Amino acid sequence: MTSLSVKSPAAPAQTGVLVGIAAITMSFAAYSSALIVRQGASPDWLHFTLPRVLFFNTLVVLASSATLYVARPRSRATADPAGSGAAVDAPNLTWLYATILLGFLFLAGQIMAWRNLAAQGLTLSSSPSSSFFYLLTAMHGLHLLGGLAGLLYVVYRVRRSSPVRAVVAYKAASLYWHFMTVLWLYLFAILATRI
Amino acid sequence: MTSPHSSHAAPQSFWRKYVFSLDHKVIGRQYLDLSLVAVTTGMILSWLMRLHLAWPTRAIPFLGALSPEATGGIITPEYYLSLMTMHGTIMVFFVLTTAPFAGFGNFILPIQIGAEDMAFPHFNMMSFWVTFVAFIVLVSAFFVPEGPPLAGWTAYAPLSAVGKDSGPGEGWGQTLWVISIGIFCIGQLIGSLNFIATTLDLRTKGMTLARMPYSTWAWFITSVIGLIAFSVLLPACVLLLLDRVAGTSFFIPAGLVISDRLQPHAGGSPLLWQHLFWFFGHPEVYIAILPGFGIVSHILPVVTRKPLLGPRVLIACMIAIGFLSYTVWGHHMFMSGMNPLSATLFSVPTLIITIPAAIATLLWIGTLYGSKLRFNTPALFCLGFISVFVSGGLSGFFLAQPAIDSYLHGTYFVVGHFHFVMGVAAMFAIFAGLYFWFPKMFGRMMNETLGKWHFILTFIGVYCIFMPMHYLGLAGNVRRYSTFTVDYMKGSIPLHRFITVAALFTGAAQLIFFYNLFRSRFRGEIAPANPWQATSLEWTTSSPPPHDNFGGHHPVVYHGPNEYGVAGREGDYIMQTSPEPEPVAAAS
Repeated sequence: MTSLSVKSPAAPAQTGVLVGIAAITMSFAAYSSALIVRQGASPDWLHFTLPRVLFFNTLVVLASSATLYVARPRSRATADPAGSGAAVDAPNLTWLYATILLGFLFLAGQIMAWRNLAAQGLTLSSSPSSSFFYLLTAMHGLHLLGGLAGLLYVVYRVRRSSPVRAVVAYKAASLYWHFMTVLWLYLFAILATRI
Repeated sequence: MTSPHSSHAAPQSFWRKYVFSLDHKVIGRQYLDLSLVAVTTGMILSWLMRLHLAWPTRAIPFLGALSPEATGGIITPEYYLSLMTMHGTIMVFFVLTTAPFAGFGNFILPIQIGAEDMAFPHFNMMSFWVTFVAFIVLVSAFFVPEGPPLAGWTAYAPLSAVGKDSGPGEGWGQTLWVISIGIFCIGQLIGSLNFIATTLDLRTKGMTLARMPYSTWAWFITSVIGLIAFSVLLPACVLLLLDRVAGTSFFIPAGLVISDRLQPHAGGSPLLWQHLFWFFGHPEVYIAILPGFGIVSHILPVVTRKPLLGPRVLIACMIAIGFLSYTVWGHHMFMSGMNPLSATLFSVPTLIITIPAAIATLLWIGTLYGSKLRFNTPALFCLGFISVFVSGGLSGFFLAQPAIDSYLHGTYFVVGHFHFVMGVAAMFAIFAGLYFWFPKMFGRMMNETLGKWHFILTFIGVYCIFMPMHYLGLAGNVRRYSTFTVDYMKGSIPLHRFITVAALFTGAAQLIFFYNLFRSRFRGEIAPANPWQATSLEWTTSSPPPHDNFGGHHPVVYHGPNEYGVAGREGDYIMQTSPEPEPVAAAS
């Protein structure tokens, strides 16, 4: 298509993810401020030891960001996203699969953390601290599922051998995925210091 | 190769064309249709309240049959609160947010920047249908046992959080309310994201930010405000829902006894809900009104045939309002118990925010000054907008001050204030936009005579409704009460009757609008491409525009949208797409 559009086709996807990141940041800021206010509101805040599996999960999510980085498309390809006919290198499938696997492993680990907490008799409603624990991990997990859907879409694009669209999708999905990692680090820090 | 966005083929099947359409123009019209249904529902609810306020002992015909909660057609205090809650929720969310922002924005914004569609057409479709589901969920509260919720559109905790004990409608009804608003947030977040990405990335060649029409600027700023505001309301709704269904205690304090029952919750903070809600709630006011700023600023140069006064100042004002809107939420909470220092800290930005609002108003008045105004219906509604915005804005000065607010906050003064500045002003902007863009949307003109009658009767009507409310409030008439039959408030009933008659009269005047709307849709005069002699891109394409908006080519932009009153040429304006050089000196 002879488009007069001056921007590369990657632009809207990237912008969309950046704007989405801004919205998600804002909503977790709201949860965080609610946590701080609620902790100060009354003396019923129960301190408990975080399940140890969370440290492992943190390593897993960091590793997933690393594998996703390794999966990045190389060579001149990315220099020409507008696609004037030059060969375009697609993201590496093996490393993408590794990332997706680590993503699911992380989610499984989070569920283990929940079971661990439940085994101690700490449910969603037992204390505001456990409420926030379940809530924040669940919300992060939900958003991470969205990231997994994005990565599966990248895989679909690579397998359909449409490298340009795969690269566009990879850029957007990886931006989001790295944000999920950073968000988890933030939440882990909040949970570790407050609970 | 094809660009990955905004170039989908024209759909053929009925479902893809009219129902699950990816076309921003269809989605914009769907939003407007939804808000038309919503505004009619909300208006009928307000009539029921008004009838009851004026004649509290008289049964309303058919109401008893329709709502089991209103036994024999008499509205109980609880049912009055339910009507009020549903009226406020429907109007604020499903009319004032959907129509000026999502409705017109969807239809017009991509065309004004020369794009074929939104950046993410699938998200766009999702945004509408999610909003539609939210509306259905909300309205279904009328049909559950014990009826709709009664905690107000602000759903203050703990009343909204403890469930059935706090009144009829606080069981299922309130749960549906929370779910509905949560879903609505998701729809608006997707929509805002789409607006932002579209404005940033899909502008056609030559469409610099400085050349964007003011309406597009307003929708862009509104979408940024909406993105932040709904990102906070959604978590608030999640927390409230958990308090209601999962036994958590985010908002419910310890030892709370409601209806003689000790609530099984502990330690929560009701004020936390108010902070989260108003952090969304105040910017929401600007989500409703800023598109109106844009629409009026877009139409005024067209009808005055003059460039808008201080276009960059206007944009700066809108950005300033957007920014300041996040610093003033506490002024809704002066009466909720607040450190006097905090109250001052919220009072000062509240007063400061009137400065950009006043500057914008002066720019509109300056544009009108000395112009040869074309008195068509869009122009009249723009004038009406300025009038009610000023009337409603002036009472804001009083309310911004904690000491005065503590007297006025619980009274009809506030009702009059926010209905003028947020409700009626935004409605007038919606009407202005509708009469202005109707030819572009449907390819036919609306009837001018009917439009003028609609304006005159509505304008008189709304002043008769909301102006007396200020006096009632100053006289100490409290709001949210279903009857004023006790002692000192009895004297207010005659004025309430006047308001009720005015409300029914104004409602009847809307029949003219509905008739005009439906008749013009099918029988109206065929509209040319540019009936108003306006400069922006939507007027360069046919009415209605083809599926890809510009018939296969991309417009190139050479001018800003403000080239009106150009001397020494046949038409007195230069289209944004006209390649001729800028005029040396514009006519004064």
